[in-house]
Amino acid sequence: MKAIPKPRRAALFITCIIDNFFPDVGDACVELIERAGAAVDFPPDQMCCGQPGYNGGFQADARAVAGRWLDAFRDAEYVVTPSGSCAAMVRHEYPVLFKGTPREAEALRLAHRTFELSEFLVDVMGMTDPGANLPHPVRAAIHDSCHGLRELGISSQPRTLLARVGNLSLAELPGHDQCCGFGGLFAIKMSAISGAMLGEKIGAIDALSGVDVIIAGDASCLMHMNGGLSRRGSKRRVIHLAEALTGRIAPLP
Amino acid sequence: MSTPYKYAFSNAAFVALKDIQLQTALDRGMTRAVNGRVAAMGETTDAPGLRQQARRSRLDALARLPELLEQFEAAVTANGGHVLWAENAAEANALLVDLCKRENVTRITKGKSMVSEEAGVNHALEQAGIDVVESDLGEYILQLAGEPPSHIVFPVVHKTRQQVATVLQNTLNMPPTDDPEKMTRFVRGVMREKFLASELGISGANFAVAETGAIVTCENEGNNRLSTSTPRIHLAIVGIEKVLATMEDLGTLIQLLPRSATGQRITVYNNIMTGPRKPGEKDGPEAFYVLLLDNGRSRILASEYAESLACIRCGACMNICPVYQNVGGHAYGAVYPGPIGSIVTPLLNGLSTAPELPQASTLCGACQAACPVDIAIPAMLLKLRRDLNDTRQTGAFWRIGMRVWRMGMRSKALYDLGTVAGRIVTRLLAGKSGVLRRLPAPLSGWTDSRDFPALSRERFRDRMARRGKTR
Repeated sequence: MKAIPKPRRAALFITCIIDNFFPDVGDACVELIERAGAAVDFPPDQMCCGQPGYNGGFQADARAVAGRWLDAFRDAEYVVTPSGSCAAMVRHEYPVLFKGTPREAEALRLAHRTFELSEFLVDVMGMTDPGANLPHPVRAAIHDSCHGLRELGISSQPRTLLARVGNLSLAELPGHDQCCGFGGLFAIKMSAISGAMLGEKIGAIDALSGVDVIIAGDASCLMHMNGGLSRRGSKRRVIHLAEALTGRIAPLP
Repeated sequence: MSTPYKYAFSNAAFVALKDIQLQTALDRGMTRAVNGRVAAMGETTDAPGLRQQARRSRLDALARLPELLEQFEAAVTANGGHVLWAENAAEANALLVDLCKRENVTRITKGKSMVSEEAGVNHALEQAGIDVVESDLGEYILQLAGEPPSHIVFPVVHKTRQQVATVLQNTLNMPPTDDPEKMTRFVRGVMREKFLASELGISGANFAVAETGAIVTCENEGNNRLSTSTPRIHLAIVGIEKVLATMEDLGTLIQLLPRSATGQRITVYNNIMTGPRKPGEKDGPEAFYVLLLDNGRSRILASEYAESLACIRCGACMNICPVYQNVGGHAYGAVYPGPIGSIVTPLLNGLSTAPELPQASTLCGACQAACPVDIAIPAMLLKLRRDLNDTRQTGAFWRIGMRVWRMGMRSKALYDLGTVAGRIVTRLLAGKSGVLRRLPAPLSGWTDSRDFPALSRERFRDRMARRGKTR
């Protein structure tokens, strides 16, 4: 990974969830990539990477959607995405999905050139300091999103960067590597079990004293955990890593 | 099988989630098991290397399975033992009952064996009028309670010790106590008589070694050793996938099995049994049988799911699985629960009997990370989901939903239409709170326990377009 020459440009794959629910996270991504020294391209035709269909076992549908993604990022030298899950989809599942099809080579090329945000900043761009300072002291804890952690091995990169954010201190969230229960359609199809898993996660968050905010690297987990926190009337929120790294942390209301 | 029985996992899970005693027992058991494994694996000098070595041992054995099975049979025979082959459970049970009749066996003690659960051995033997006693403490408690095991290593993990005490008091008139040591001592006294009276001991096998014809069992209670050495006959019932090529392979795997299963460096008893008592030997059975059971394994071996046969039945995947941790083993309605069970059960019994099991996962990957032989469990769950769709066992809502999603995500105009409509509707319904508290069925699953956010006022892509940054 270190052998890759530092790219001068990177195409931002914003993901459907961030596009529609968390545009501020997108702004934070642009800021970070530029701060790391690369110009940001935003291919306007991008939509979904195909993961919902793929994880549902709808491979043909997923391939059709993923093919459209390959079209959108055809000209990209590097793709950066603020989601471990979507990055893992492209890196690990595209080679499976397109194996033996005419688009296999294209899929393999982009599979090798698609990075999760913190991975891109630290491993590819060599960033050590995101250069952010918070106006007031904040104590945060990290939730490691499953696909980033276990499919891409992302664990040290967010911590390295967060350690340098001024006025931010980190606490450990017990069970930080345990799934929040989202799992895509699982949250709907098996909602009782998903809800129980979410309950455990919220319980762990609630039990952390003195922590203002939880930081996660995947917007889907964020949406899921925040849905649970808001349902229980908790004031705490989970924010995206990119927001934390650019100082976009609102004080607790 | 005429109409396959379709098991409703989600109903059973729903009930399990509300069972406070079950939740208490599971919390304790699983936390202990996970911590034990992590500590014991951490002690090895190169855990990743050891795992990959173990994986290669298992995959190599599977790749050469027919040859190794023949080698195993030849070695067992040369050691003075007998190998019986069974294509399916019915054949296995018929062979077993037949052997009992021939040898005038009326009393059997059994060591823990999941494959015997799979084949329904106890039931078949009881039907034939033969008395069969489980000698593993947990399995015996369940036999008394009339329940199947809920975990492949900790069969009675779903019960609290108070519940165990109740079972023993009600069935064996145990003097009132819920002290684990006192209860164990009491059962030990009962069990000793059973061992002495039994004519045939049945064991499972953690491994079978082709090179030497050895059956290997790893255990902590000594009941397996007694079951296999005290009675006149020892019969090991073994799934054909359990074969390892060499004792060296065993050396690798026996480091991983106890660490992964119970967090032990090694189990208290490790039995390597290579045949009947030989002249001059002090103990051991007069006759030694190995019953090799296929029961669908050859079919799985020939499929793209062959890797699932590499499983060494340590239970680490279920211990770490947040789904298993929440619902316990019985909810799966199968002999093999948890993540590996969600693969093996549909493969052994037919996908239509357990269509929900491949869906019972968030694909978080904790199972594969914990697996001592690195089985690609999430990838196989995905393939089974594909098989469900290919055989049209998915609800119409999801099939149609996927078509809509596919169309929407292939056309920029439809994407724009969908997201703008979504924004208007959700923002209207959410109002000031910014969240939806109820979605219509079947999406209501989401809002059963969490709010759903309204879409943002402006999409990120619109911001970028406005700034002229799009290219």
